[in-house]
Amino acid sequence: MTAQEPGLDRPDRRDERRRWDADEHGWFGGANVGWGGRYMPEALVAALDELTVAWQEAMSDPAFTDEFARICREYAGLPSPLYEATRLSEKVGCRVLLKREDLNHTGAHKIRNVLGQALLTRRMGKARVIAETGAGQHGVASATAAAYFGLDCTVYMGSVDMKRQALNVARMQLLGTKVVPVDSGSATLKDAINEALRDWVTTVDHTAYLFGTAAGPHPFPSMVRDFTRGIGDEARAQCLERYGVLPRGIAACVGGGSNAIGLFTAFLDDDVEIYGFEAGGDGFETGRHAATIMAGDRGVLHGARTYVLQDEDGQTIESHSISAGLDYPGVGPQHAWLAASGRASYTAVTDAEAMEALALLSRTEGIIPAVESAHAVAGALRVAKDYGPDDIMLINLSGRGDKDMDTAIGWFHLGAADDGAAEPLS
Amino acid sequence: MTVGTAFEKARADERAALVGYLPAGFPSVDGAIEGLRAMVDAGCDVIEIGLPYSDPVMDGPTVQTAAQRALDGGVRTRDVLRTVEAVAATGTPTVVMTYWNPIDHYGVERFAADLASAGGAGLITPDLTPDSGGEWIAAADAQGLDKIFLVSPSSTDERIAMTTAACRGFVYATAVMGVTGARATTSALAPPLVARTRTTIQHQNRDLPVAVGLGVSNGSQAAEIASYADGVIVGSAFVRCVLDHDDRREALTALTTLTHDLAEGVRRA
Repeated sequence: MTAQEPGLDRPDRRDERRRWDADEHGWFGGANVGWGGRYMPEALVAALDELTVAWQEAMSDPAFTDEFARICREYAGLPSPLYEATRLSEKVGCRVLLKREDLNHTGAHKIRNVLGQALLTRRMGKARVIAETGAGQHGVASATAAAYFGLDCTVYMGSVDMKRQALNVARMQLLGTKVVPVDSGSATLKDAINEALRDWVTTVDHTAYLFGTAAGPHPFPSMVRDFTRGIGDEARAQCLERYGVLPRGIAACVGGGSNAIGLFTAFLDDDVEIYGFEAGGDGFETGRHAATIMAGDRGVLHGARTYVLQDEDGQTIESHSISAGLDYPGVGPQHAWLAASGRASYTAVTDAEAMEALALLSRTEGIIPAVESAHAVAGALRVAKDYGPDDIMLINLSGRGDKDMDTAIGWFHLGAADDGAAEPLS
Repeated sequence: MTVGTAFEKARADERAALVGYLPAGFPSVDGAIEGLRAMVDAGCDVIEIGLPYSDPVMDGPTVQTAAQRALDGGVRTRDVLRTVEAVAATGTPTVVMTYWNPIDHYGVERFAADLASAGGAGLITPDLTPDSGGEWIAAADAQGLDKIFLVSPSSTDERIAMTTAACRGFVYATAVMGVTGARATTSALAPPLVARTRTTIQHQNRDLPVAVGLGVSNGSQAAEIASYADGVIVGSAFVRCVLDHDDRREALTALTTLTHDLAEGVRRA
């Protein structure tokens, strides 16, 4: 086996690389006809322009990128290991590698994004940050980064989600963050984003919005990708170093899509199959799901042209998933472009399939994944059925499952006296 | 009458124009039509009909509540067009204020055509700026509709120029950094924004009225704004009249009383 050259900086590949990136106005796949852009109130445009300039300057300033790398290494525990899941591999019939983002500080890939954005906030001289959160993971990560950098932090969270995720609310409060309940609309993630935007319209002169995923108006999709792409950069190098080849396929779960774009970016120009798995909820055919790309309806949500779950009149439809982190009726615009162009394929994984994979990984590898990440595992194993013993499937294990124990207890009827409740798992 | 002539008429009377807002479908489709007609009768020069949307990021709690109630009541985009038709029939120029996705989903050209045939004068687009609005600008121009974009205290001079160049009817100056909703005091940010916007319009050799909205709720605030702007836009305070009065007659009386107060205000300056 010969090692494939990384080759990302070869001049003959630059155009190819650019093909997947946004233009200067944040359009993926062509201005106005493509995906992304910026559909935002004029009041926020100046701040978004300021942020765009600051982010671009920062990314080409070694003082910033070195500091980001140092904090990721010393504080967040990066790079995360690439782990060969040997017992799982035996069951599946190919080599299964797990990118262990669950081992990061705060337990998920999200720490990368918030440390990047908070470092940029400090560089821009702003003292306050706001964030939205669904399951609470981005909220906890933001609260952590705010504590680390000494920033004032307010997190907006749907009141329905606050009840579902009381432990994460307590974590944020312990970290010194103010958690504001949001009762409007469906009182979940999309409404928390709306409320954070309303705060930002009012406070934009001294406040930065730490957006939680690679969606929203330009520059967020590209900026969040830049801060999370370390997942794929590391995994690609780790895989080449250890096995001398690239994986045949890579897989990640997709809600807004930050962990997925973080993994995919390094592999876009490689001969590697790319799989994104959306939340299929009760099943795509039931209409109760969060499989935004599969539903395939083009629209505008939270400032970006993308796929949107919407009704006949363009009103946003509530999404459904067992995983709060994937429960979002939009998706990052770069994923929309990768899907529309055919570069990556996106399919749905139901609640039941994800929970089965969660149990499987727990029992075969001693790793309890986040329910979000369990969608990636379930989907990847479905694809890998056609893989040979030498083929590699690399899965982003984006987060750990501690936060989901209530979900697991409810799903598997755990926690009571051992009356054989484990049976359904085998 | 067009939006432009309504502003010209107000200017000839040496006063500012009064622009009044209610969302369609609130408290019901017919109830909103009745309320908007009461506002016309009591002295609104231009009517702004909100298209209720599930994710209204520029709206404060009052308008959010009304829009949600309208959606819960089953209001559809076609009901908004019916509301436009009923109000425009009074002869008062009627524009629709809408977030972009419902129009995008309806089909931009189709909506422009249907709005024009309903007698609507144009659109106010709070989350669509001219640099993202090429499709709407083309469709509006083809139908002769007004394009009302927003300028903000945070807008650069370059962006104000880009915005006013794309506007037709009037330009909407947001008085504060924030969302819709009544406020106790008028904004110190509005007069300099209006001045900057006026200067820009003069440099473009155009005659585009500047109307101020966000936070205006009574006659004395209207009078203050009327002293430096061409129009005063009032939304949440009208919505509040309907929210606070479950009884239909009381709500109509409240709308009429508020319109009289505001109409007197824009004439006081």
